[in-house]
Parts: sequence; C-alpha cells; structure tokens
Amino acid sequence: MKNLSQRLVIVLAVVIAAIIYILPTANPKLWPHKKINLGLDLQGGMHLVLEVDTEKAVESTVENITQEIRSVLKEEHMGRNIVIERVENTRISIKIKNGDNIDAFDKVFDREFADLRMLSRTTENDGTVNLMMDIPDKETERIKKSASEQALETIRNRIDQFGVSEPDIRRQGERRILIQLPGVKDTRRAKDLIGKTALLEFKLLDEINDPAEAEKGKVPRGTELLYQVKEDRDTRRVTKIPFLVKKRSLLTGAYLTDAKVEIDSQYNEPYVSIKFDKKGARIFGKITEENVKKRLAIVLDKKVYSAPMIQEKIPGGEARITGSFSDQEARDLAIVLRAGALPAPVNILEERTVGPSLGSDSIRKGLMSMCVGFVLVIFFMIIYYKLSGVIADLALFLNILLIAAGLAGFQATLTLPGIAGIILTIGMAVDANVLIFERVREEMNLGKTPHAAVNAGYDRATLTILDANVTTLIAALVLFQFGTGPIKGFAVTLSLGVIASLFTALIITRLVFDYLLLKRKMKTLSI
Amino acid sequence: MQFIKPGINIDFIGKRKIGFYLSVIMILITIASLVIQKGPRYGIDFAGGTVVQVKFSSPAKIKDIKSALKRIDIGISSVQSFGEEKDYEYLIRTEEAVTGEGFSQKVEKALKNATGNGAEIRRIEMVGPKVGKDLREKALKAMFYALLFITVYISGRFESEWVKSGIMATGLIFCVYSLSGFDVSIPFLITAALVITLTLFWFLKLKYAMGAIVALIHDVTITVGIFSILDKEFSLAIVAALLTIIGYSLNDTIIVFDRIRENLKKYHKNPLEMTLNKSINETLNRTLLTSLTTLIVVVTLFLLGGGIIHDFAFAMIIGVAVGTYSSIYVASPILLTWQAYERRKQ
Repeated sequence: MKNLSQRLVIVLAVVIAAIIYILPTANPKLWPHKKINLGLDLQGGMHLVLEVDTEKAVESTVENITQEIRSVLKEEHMGRNIVIERVENTRISIKIKNGDNIDAFDKVFDREFADLRMLSRTTENDGTVNLMMDIPDKETERIKKSASEQALETIRNRIDQFGVSEPDIRRQGERRILIQLPGVKDTRRAKDLIGKTALLEFKLLDEINDPAEAEKGKVPRGTELLYQVKEDRDTRRVTKIPFLVKKRSLLTGAYLTDAKVEIDSQYNEPYVSIKFDKKGARIFGKITEENVKKRLAIVLDKKVYSAPMIQEKIPGGEARITGSFSDQEARDLAIVLRAGALPAPVNILEERTVGPSLGSDSIRKGLMSMCVGFVLVIFFMIIYYKLSGVIADLALFLNILLIAAGLAGFQATLTLPGIAGIILTIGMAVDANVLIFERVREEMNLGKTPHAAVNAGYDRATLTILDANVTTLIAALVLFQFGTGPIKGFAVTLSLGVIASLFTALIITRLVFDYLLLKRKMKTLSI
Repeated sequence: MQFIKPGINIDFIGKRKIGFYLSVIMILITIASLVIQKGPRYGIDFAGGTVVQVKFSSPAKIKDIKSALKRIDIGISSVQSFGEEKDYEYLIRTEEAVTGEGFSQKVEKALKNATGNGAEIRRIEMVGPKVGKDLREKALKAMFYALLFITVYISGRFESEWVKSGIMATGLIFCVYSLSGFDVSIPFLITAALVITLTLFWFLKLKYAMGAIVALIHDVTITVGIFSILDKEFSLAIVAALLTIIGYSLNDTIIVFDRIRENLKKYHKNPLEMTLNKSINETLNRTLLTSLTTLIVVVTLFLLGGGIIHDFAFAMIIGVAVGTYSSIYVASPILLTWQAYERRKQ
C-alpha cells in the first residue's frame, strides 16, 4: 500500500460506504436501507422474561388421565367400589374396595392404560387393593418440552394479533421465554394478554349441594368451588358469587376455531362469540342434548363467567361468553381465545419497562454528553498538537461515522450504555494518534526530517497500538458474549470503536500526513 | 504544547515505596469495607427486587411518597431522589420482586393522592430472585473469561513465548475445570483462578505478564472498594465498567512495558531502575494525555448523561485514575521486585 492514490481510493470507498449506511437513519427517504435500531431503553418498551410452569402441564395431563380412568370404568360398570384420585400433584391413586372384580379391573386397565407406570400395589387385610401410578419420566419430559414450545407459539400468536411492530420473542433455555416489545405503551394490557393462561372450560354445575356449605370447607368429592367476579362499572364495587361446579370439564377451548367480539343488541354490551370445530360442535351438541334444564358453567382460568341453563340441544357449535366486559376486555379475550390457551401457566421472572418519555430523555442526554465530550476533546487536541491535532480530529470524526455505519450495517442495537461506549471511544480513540504523535515528536527531537520522523513514528507505534487495543477488544467481546440487552449495546459500540480507531489512526491519518509531506512538499510539521 | 518537556527525569521508581504503601492501604481499606458491609451491595440486577422511577410535575417530599406507598402495602425498602433536582424524579425500590396485575396503576394512583400532583411512572424494572442469581453468575463468568483470555494474550505477547502461554492456558483451564467439578461458588473460582495464574506466572518466569495482571487486579479491587465505601450499588452496568477498566488499565501498562523492553535492548548496561524510570518518563506525556482525554469524556458523561448512566461514569472515572496510577507505580515496580528476588537466589 505504498501508492498514495491506491490508499486514497480505499479510504474513500470505506467512507462512502459508511455514509450510505448512515443515510437512512438521517433521513429514510434518501436511501432505502434500514435505520439504526434503538434499544428498549431509548425508544421505550417492555422486556419480559417468562417461565413456563411446565410442572403444571404434567399435573393437568395427570388430571385428564384420572378423569379418563373414571369414565372408562363407568362405561364398564365398575365405578362403584373404586376410588380414583390425583395425589401428590402428579400421581394417580386407585383404591379398589374389598378386591371386588379385581381381575376385570386389571384387564380393562391393561387394555386402556398400559403406558402408565405402576409405582406400588398393596393389598390390605380386608382385600382392598391400593394402586399408585404415574407417567413415565420420558413422557413427563416430552410433556414439559412440548408445553414450553407450545407456550412460545401461543404467545407469539397473541402478540401478532395484538399488533406490535418488530417484537422479539425467543426461547431462553429450557423453560424461559424472552419477549421484547419495543414501543408498547399500554404495558399492563400487553402483560395481561401475554400472561393469561386462557383455559376455557365448560363444566356442569352441582345443583344438589349448596355452594354456601362448600365455602365453609365441605367441598363434595368430584366438585370444586369457583367464583364469578363481578365489578359494577359505576360504583366499582367487586362482588364474588360462589359456584359449585363438577371438576370434570366436558369441553375445552382446544376445539375453538374462532372467537370474535359482538355487541348484544338488547343491553348494548359487548360479548365474545365463539365457534367450535366439527368435533367440538358434536361434543357440544351432545352435552347440551344430555343436560337439558341443567346449568352449564363457562369457566375461564378458574373463574366462572356465566352459568346459563341449557334450554335445548345446541347443534351449530356456537356459544357466547358474556360478562360485563369493556370493549377492550372483550377484544383481548377474543384474541387470547383465538390464539389458544397456554398449556401451562407462565410466571414473570423479569420485567423491565421504560416509558417513551424517559427513552427520549436518555437519547437527548446521551447525545448532549457525546457532543460536549467531542467538542472538548477536539479543542484539546488542536491546542496540544496544532495542525496534527486537526488531523487527529478528522480521524475522530470519521471514527464516529464508522461506528454509526457499523451499527446500521450489522443491524446492531444502540442502547444508552451503547452511547456511553461511543463517548468512551471518543476519549480513548485519540490514544492511537497520541502514541504516534508523541513518537514523531521524539524522532524529530533526534533531528530527523518531518517525513522520516512520521515514518518512524508510525512504524514504531503500530505494534504497540495493536497490542493495546487487543486487550480492550477482548474485554468487549467477552462482555458481548455474557451481557444482556443494554450492556450488549455497550460491548458492540466499544468493539466497533476499537476497530474503527485502528483504521482511522493507522491508515487515514497516515494518508493525510503522506499527502501533506509528499504531494504538498511540506517542509515543517506542525505537531 | 507539551506537558512534560523532553529529557525530564522524575524519579518515580525511587519513590516506589510510597506507591507501594498507598496501594496496600487502599486495598486493605477495600477489604475492610467489603467485610464490614458483608460483601458488595448488589443492585436489583443481581439481588432481585423492583425499582420504580417516578417523575412528579412539581416538588414532592420523600416522606409523602413513603407514606403513600405504605398504604398500598408493597413492602417498601427505600425511596431516593434521582438525577437532577429540577426533574423531581425519585427511585422507589422494594426488595421483593412485585409487579402483579395493575401494580403500576396502583402506585401511580397512590402517589397522586398523597402528594397532590401528577406522577408519571417512567421506568419499572423487576428482577426475580432466580434471574438475579443467573445474572450474578453470568457477570462473574464474564469477569473470569475476560481474565483468562487476557492472561493468555499478554503472557504470549509480552514474553513472545506462546508455548508458555499455551501451558498457562491449559493449566488454568484444567485447574478451574476440576475445581468447578466440586460445585464451588464463582467468586471462589475467580480467586482460585487468580492465585493459579500468579503462581504459574511465577514458575514460568513470565514477569511482564505478572506485572500487568497485578496492576489489573489492583485497579479493579480499588474501584470495587470505592464503590463499597460510598455504598453504591453493583449493577450490570458496573460490571461492564469494570471490564472496560481492565481493558484500559492493560492498555496503559502495555504501552509502558513496550517502552521498557525497547529501552532494555538499547541500554542494556544501565541498571534496571534507571531504564524503568526512563521508560516511564518517556511515555509520561502520552499517559497523561490519553488519561486526560478519557477523563474529559467520562466526566462529561458523569455530569450530563443523566441518572441511569451516572454510576457507570463514576466507576470509569475511578478506573481511569487508578489505572493511570497503577501503570506507573504498580506494574513497573513488580519487575524490580522480580529482579531483586532473582539476585538473592544467585
């Protein structure tokens, strides 16, 4: 790279490419490439880390199997002396009294539930047989894995329908989901929408026992106590009405094909109308046919929404969920029902929300400190090194240009610590030129000509500069690997700054010096 | 313009005892402070908890804010004013990780009622205990790996002995790997790694690398100490600052060492003290200048960058100052100590 014009072409090409990458950020109309991404801390938004409670998915699978065993035994007319219960969260206990028809039971059980793992089998003195079983470990793992996968998919669906531009949703480790929602204003709504399990169930009411009795602690076997929560729109009074419902759910939201908001013409209140697929419609028809004049509770996430009396068979597979919804509540309910239920509840492990006003404040303050720092350093360099200081300042300016271009080119995210990284680079990047200039001064003190001094200065300082920058680069890269969110932004700008400063100090300023000393035949060096 | 006239010869090395005592005292204070405070004070990134940043439209009293929050029962632990005074911003912190349904609305309403002026919640950060623990491990791991890579690089580069540096790396990885099998905590792992590193340096006679690493430990320890004495919090940003300080401190040390090696070749008849002092003096202009420009920008950031970046900038100010000092008074004297030891052996 001896040739001056060759180097000039390379430098110009780099600078022009950098400008092209920055143009869209300055004004999107000038060039169609992408803008520099701003982090959540600068543009406002929400960062969430959720954990899928996969243990609950296993529990609900076990609960379903328990129900299934009950209904199979009922069909075989063996239900009377057999008590089946889910115990210790994920185990099934079966008690067969007096050892009645134990052979028949074994036969049915081996046929229908061969994939359950038998943990223990004891026979008491009176002939009662106790069985304890659970799901094999491999199957448990599969359930857990598919629960977190499905949760991710469902949440992605919900967010898509909620309408966030450029959300970032990804799995983190086995059970965690990382969600970044830039620019979200109504964070409460977004959180509700994401975190709701949205398990819709249809259950029959226990109309024999009194829910008031159950509230005192006597909940009959096979039923559970659920509440309907009503809030009066005007007085804001919350009332809770107890309902005693059968544990077994006859139909769930899994069979839904559609859910949409409609307005009740009579009360002018929004409700959510739901539509089942073919199989769901058949089940729904059968339920309503068999239970005419009984009350069917519509339960969402263990809350009763309504419990209307079935008047006649409903064949079309359509139903409506009423409750005193606001328009938005109804709309969000429709979204979560359409996107489907989460296979297990999710817990929020980490939440970081930044309001848009704080974001713009941060940008303003960050840019302000950057400009002030930049101007101070520029003046300082000119005072200290005169003309050579101006050359170093040019390098510094190009340095910032290259960092910005790098951010746009790699589609990296600029965060507040990232801006701090640029500011730090402004202070540290002049180091390379300081090293060179100090060397040049020393060489000139030894009596060398400006040109020889510049050559010697660059040659001797290059290796030192490389060494010194590699260590900062190592620290930045490690930080990039381990850092999260905003800190990653710092690592990015710091790394870009180090690389850019090598280029500007070793190549660009050298080019300027060579041009001045060789082409313009400058005899003295202002340094 | 020039700070230091050429040919100047300040006797840094002659006064190395003062530097030595100063460093030892600062490190002892750091350790004492950490022991008294029972370790560094972790921010919510590492300890878990909730931070809410509120901005009022007119001045509000901390007392009012506290009593308002008491009423909604969120287990408050502290309220402090944040950023510039004219912004009327406050930071509310709870030890528990709470952001249940409608948390922010509840807080906003309570604050409005109690102080009688508009309150805007500008930022909520909630970190659960599990994530806090993860982040703590991640941060320590980052420190560890940075140390590992830098050790390998400088032992290879300074001494031009990549074979020894390879031995270093393998030894270090092996020791740490077998230690981690015993399920030890990461702070212990890092301390162990440091001890192993220094021992290996000693036996492999990598004196420059040893000087650099000692200087770097010195800088990070003192920065941590000052944070501990001022009871400032450790967050992810501070870890980033510490890593940057590591990079910066090494940068300074490398430049002085490069000059020392160059001068050792040139004036190999001179006593080591003289060469060291000459090298420090020759690079003094550069050391001061770069530290000054870096200080200019970090002080600007400290003054104008706003509350969120404040502590980060503060850590950098300390780090740059201590790093400059250590490249003169810590890294180079180690070389002398080494020589004294070798002589005694002969």
